[in-house]
Amino acid sequence: MANILAIGEISGGALKKASKEVVSVGKKFGDVSAVLIGENASSLAKELIAFGADTIYTADIKEYAGDVYAKAIAELVKSKSIDIIFIPHSQTGREISARLGAVLNAGVISDAVELKDEGDSIIVKKPVYSGKCFVEMKAKSNPQIITIRPNSQGIVENAGAGNIENISVDMSSAKVKMLSFEAASSERIPLSEADIVISGGRGMKSGENFKLLEEFADQVKAGIGASRAAVDSDWVEHNLQVGQTGQTVSPNVYIAVGISGAIQHLAGMGSSKYIVAINKDPDAPIFKVATYGIVDDLFNVMPAFNEEIKKIRG
Amino acid sequence: MNILVLIKQVPDTEANISVSGGKVNESGIKWIISPYDEIGLEEALRCREQKGGTVTVLTVGGEQAISVLRTAYAMGADNAIHIKNENYNMLDSAVIAEAITSAISNEKYDIIFAGRQGSDSDNGQAPLIIAEKMNIAAVSYAKKVELGDDKITITAEAEGGQGIYESAYPVIITANAGLNEPRYPSLKGIMASKKKPIDTKTFEDLGIKAESKIEVLGFSPPPERPAGKIIEGEDAAAKAKELARLLHEEVKVI
Ligand SMILES: Cc1cc2nc3c(=O)[nH]c(=O)nc-3n(C[C@H](O)[C@H](O)[C@H](O)COP(=O)(O)OP(=O)(O)OC[C@H]3O[C@@H](n4cnc5c(N)ncnc54)[C@H](O)[C@@H]3O)c2cc1C
Ligand SMILES: Nc1ncnc2c1ncn2[C@@H]1O[C@H](COP(=O)(O)O)[C@@H](O)[C@H]1O
Repeated sequence: MANILAIGEISGGALKKASKEVVSVGKKFGDVSAVLIGENASSLAKELIAFGADTIYTADIKEYAGDVYAKAIAELVKSKSIDIIFIPHSQTGREISARLGAVLNAGVISDAVELKDEGDSIIVKKPVYSGKCFVEMKAKSNPQIITIRPNSQGIVENAGAGNIENISVDMSSAKVKMLSFEAASSERIPLSEADIVISGGRGMKSGENFKLLEEFADQVKAGIGASRAAVDSDWVEHNLQVGQTGQTVSPNVYIAVGISGAIQHLAGMGSSKYIVAINKDPDAPIFKVATYGIVDDLFNVMPAFNEEIKKIRG
Repeated sequence: MNILVLIKQVPDTEANISVSGGKVNESGIKWIISPYDEIGLEEALRCREQKGGTVTVLTVGGEQAISVLRTAYAMGADNAIHIKNENYNMLDSAVIAEAITSAISNEKYDIIFAGRQGSDSDNGQAPLIIAEKMNIAAVSYAKKVELGDDKITITAEAEGGQGIYESAYPVIITANAGLNEPRYPSLKGIMASKKKPIDTKTFEDLGIKAESKIEVLGFSPPPERPAGKIIEGEDAAAKAKELARLLHEEVKVI
């Protein structure tokens, strides 16, 4: 049985869903322990037990420092003879995986969307060239490090032994000092975590009109995204941009409102399970990937849609 | 101020990528500087404008990388290094990082700019591996850079918000969108770039073996999406109602 380590993440004071996902994936491949470093880690760690974590190593630390986090995790990997490390393919996951790979001299595969157990190795499938093609690869090292595209594998409940152990992380050796941290103003769920994402494009015509999307998002706890055209028009913040030069999202349902579906936009949401498009142009390329499409004026569709959702939600 | 910028050549974002026999067909692809690297280069040029010094660009890649280095020259870079390797896309980031680290081992750079991720691989690994190998500071996803005399302040996207970081030199910074708006090369710059020298090195020159810890098994086209359905209805309200019903009853998310 392989020894698996899953690396969890905390965001906005809460355990990220991606943390549960990497533990769930780990459980499929062997005995899984987890690491959680961040503010309140030791109390948030308990939430991971239900997904199969046997031991969760925690460090309650407020500041982020990739170099020292990676060093502490590398020690753990060595002392516990870990074979496979699963990490969310997030901003911090990218950093930790790269640094861990360097420290441990281990192969790193990033952004996995499919994993196949081949006995002594895992065959990983990942999108490249913004999803225009896929590549299969495997690591030839032990340990091996794999980052997982959030929302691509789902979470599975599974009882774990659930021991929680503190580890020490020496922040004094961090090479970069965090002077301050400003939490994102929005209370909304982070885009990469959301099960439903609704995005607006140039068709929204103003930042004010994003209220139409907020009304929907508030009801169903959706994330709000945007096309680059909406961001470049200063209607919304850049961190909401979905696409090749923005975020990659893989929700269960992605709703594109007044977005044409340029190839650079599709790069960021093309792996969503269901895609809904609302656009008045029947020839808009977004309809080529849409599971459900409405060809009509969004300013007539959205208010009626929000009313219907309200009725369904009671 | 001595600045290095890591630039990766990637297919134009509009490029059509086709796969045959487990390989990517590269003919007809136009190669550009990876979008985040272009932002890194722009920031390097702005740092030079402020503090003086030189901007060197470096890429690991095949023949097609030369055009990308010329574009960097046209934007205003002073020097260009080409680590030649036709097979670079089959190697893992660790090998790329090793080649870069050994190529610059005799140089002293105050800042190394890179992209937060390559638009082809989406890995975001190489700059951080270099930071580990060189044992220097790194900040990723930078949105603002303020140069001090012996300290640098960097505002960067961080989990759940943004952080302000302080570092000594040397430091590796990966560029995020929003850091700046890259300039277009001037016609004069484009003309001049054609005659600029490119310092070419091979893995052999550097004493590097291309031993990747990742084995690439093959490329495949993306899975076909099942044909979609256009929702018909009398008016917008009827279509909206049907969409809500589908999301509720078929997809079961609402
Ligand atoms: C290097 C590079 C990187 C890029 N990265 C990204 C990226 O990360 N993300 C991204 O999104 N783009 C990116 N782009 C830009 C991309 O090419 C498109 O320009 C952009 O996605 C267009 O945004 P849009 O669909 O909102 O606007 P448009 O293409 O203008 O489409 C607007 C749509 O709204 C519809 N519409 C208008 N009014 C209404 C109405 N009343 N009701 C219903 N529908 C209506 C129109 O029919 C149209 O289809 C990038 C481009 C480049 C060159
Ligand atoms: N072959 C390469 N040549 C030069 N720089 C590279 C190369 N590969 C990666 N980089 C740099 O590292 C960043 C992250 O790339 P990646 O790890 O491939 O996602 C890129 O944006 C570049 O700045």
